[in-house]
Amino acid sequence: MTLQTIAHSETLIESSQKFNPVRLVDRIFYWVTVAMAIAIGVILLWITWSLLSIAFPAIAKFNIGFLFSTSWNPVQDSFGALPQITGTIVSSIIALLFAVPLGVGVAVFLSENFLPSKLQTPLAFVVELLAAVPSVVYGMWGIFVLVPFILPGLQTIHNLFGWFPLFSTAPSTRQMFATALVLAIMILPTIIAISRDSLLSVSPQLRQGAYGLGATRWETLVQVIVPSALSGIIGSVMLALGRALGETMAAAMLIGNSNRISASLFAPASTISAMIANQFAEASGLQKSSLFYLALVLMVLTLVVNVLAEIIVSKFQQVE
Amino acid sequence: MTNPSTRPNPSSATLSEDIVITTENVSIFYGAFQAVRNVYLDIPKNKVVAFIGPSGCGKSTLLRCYNRLNDLIPSARVEGKVTYQNIDLYDPKVDPVEVRRRIGMVFQRPNPFPKSIYENIAFGARVNGYKGDMDELVERSLRGAALWDETKDKLKQSGLALSGGQQQRLCIARTIAIEPEVILMDEPCSALDPISTLRVEDLMHELKQRFTIIIVTHNMQQASRVADYTGFFNAEATEGGSRFGYLVEYDKTESIFNAPKQKATQDYVSGRFG
Repeated sequence: MTLQTIAHSETLIESSQKFNPVRLVDRIFYWVTVAMAIAIGVILLWITWSLLSIAFPAIAKFNIGFLFSTSWNPVQDSFGALPQITGTIVSSIIALLFAVPLGVGVAVFLSENFLPSKLQTPLAFVVELLAAVPSVVYGMWGIFVLVPFILPGLQTIHNLFGWFPLFSTAPSTRQMFATALVLAIMILPTIIAISRDSLLSVSPQLRQGAYGLGATRWETLVQVIVPSALSGIIGSVMLALGRALGETMAAAMLIGNSNRISASLFAPASTISAMIANQFAEASGLQKSSLFYLALVLMVLTLVVNVLAEIIVSKFQQVE
Repeated sequence: MTNPSTRPNPSSATLSEDIVITTENVSIFYGAFQAVRNVYLDIPKNKVVAFIGPSGCGKSTLLRCYNRLNDLIPSARVEGKVTYQNIDLYDPKVDPVEVRRRIGMVFQRPNPFPKSIYENIAFGARVNGYKGDMDELVERSLRGAALWDETKDKLKQSGLALSGGQQQRLCIARTIAIEPEVILMDEPCSALDPISTLRVEDLMHELKQRFTIIIVTHNMQQASRVADYTGFFNAEATEGGSRFGYLVEYDKTESIFNAPKQKATQDYVSGRFG
């Protein structure tokens, strides 16, 4: 028995020292995937480093004051990005105000058995198709269809409530409000798809438990199902916010690229990404450096939002 | 094998009792599939009734027809007549939400809501419009489920932080908080360790003073320990190859375990199959 065991282990050692093409493929595969994984990190670092180094002259000159100054004057080499930063944040927040109730509502509707599954599955697919529409198409649709469509209504709001700062200017054809509306449509699929997934992942046993206590469907939804899916829903909102902050094409086409900060939602405004898209072609020197500084601000903004989203979503998965 | 159509009417076993639920010729279908066939069975008040039998014999399906929880499955359909206090439960005028308030349920796996212990109990009371002292109700319900001493200092903690056995007793507590008349228990101890199981069984003896209990169990010792009446269900294959469940025998628990009238029951309780 003992002799046999020794003989056995010798062949084991011999066979593992022999050249084996399958094992070689294994090693190669391992190193290729390692290289790819490293490449991703390198690219991210490279982008960050480029932004920092090209933005450095602007950072050195304007420092933190760049974030609070409203002048953007290439002739006098004086740059500040407050209108763009506020425009980015305001347009995204208004977009969320529209998209969150609508998106969560649709997600609840599509996760309950209100519809026969023959209708429900295609409807969920259509919602996800919204995400496949290119942003330039949203921009064109906004300019040529949505703005003419809503303009009379906005004019009426201005006539009636013009004393209120948010509606204090006559609606322009390029304006903050229409941009936010288009952004809202663009981020809807993100909110709907992720919220629906998290609602569907709530254990059916919780639903049965609530029904078993004599709760109605509404009580079960509002008090048990939605709270159980809440961190997933919040995660979807954060991801949507990240997308709204960075959205370039539709915003650049619709917002009017005005460098003035206006309290009125019907006035033209600007966003960080729209500003960069409009100016990068002819920029040089300190202006180019300032655009990179602006890009850095946007990147930090979206990074913060995405990290928050990750934290919330992973917290949600722990509860599961 | 017993032919279900010629066996004696099993509901005769409970003739002398005060009946809360009657089951008359009930068959339950999922689409075209018949899960339960032709059950006659009466549930006496303030007793524990156990449903035993092999897997797939339709005991849980039958249990869920008493609080209309099968309504949640769109293809499920009930034929025959189920009455609760002489009201036909499947009358179109009957509100299933109201049925579930009167006939509470404890599930196979503990399913506390991801809320605090306190809120787990308050939820059911609130949706049923309870207007009294909530603190008092929470304490009374937890005491009723023999959970108060373990949880009185951590009512604000999540119900999910409790052990499995405690979670199941929390689920019992939230069920008795809505003061139902009947409590359905679908294998309530199958996910619990033996000590937790024993505590839940002890609890059942206390609870039957106030409630009528129907329990589905795979554990024959459990049925013999807790139940006053026991129904033995079996499954039989049809010509098409699918299986349907039916009630073989329903009688006082001692009779089922010591002097069963049917051979299938005898075989099952003596461990010869199942």
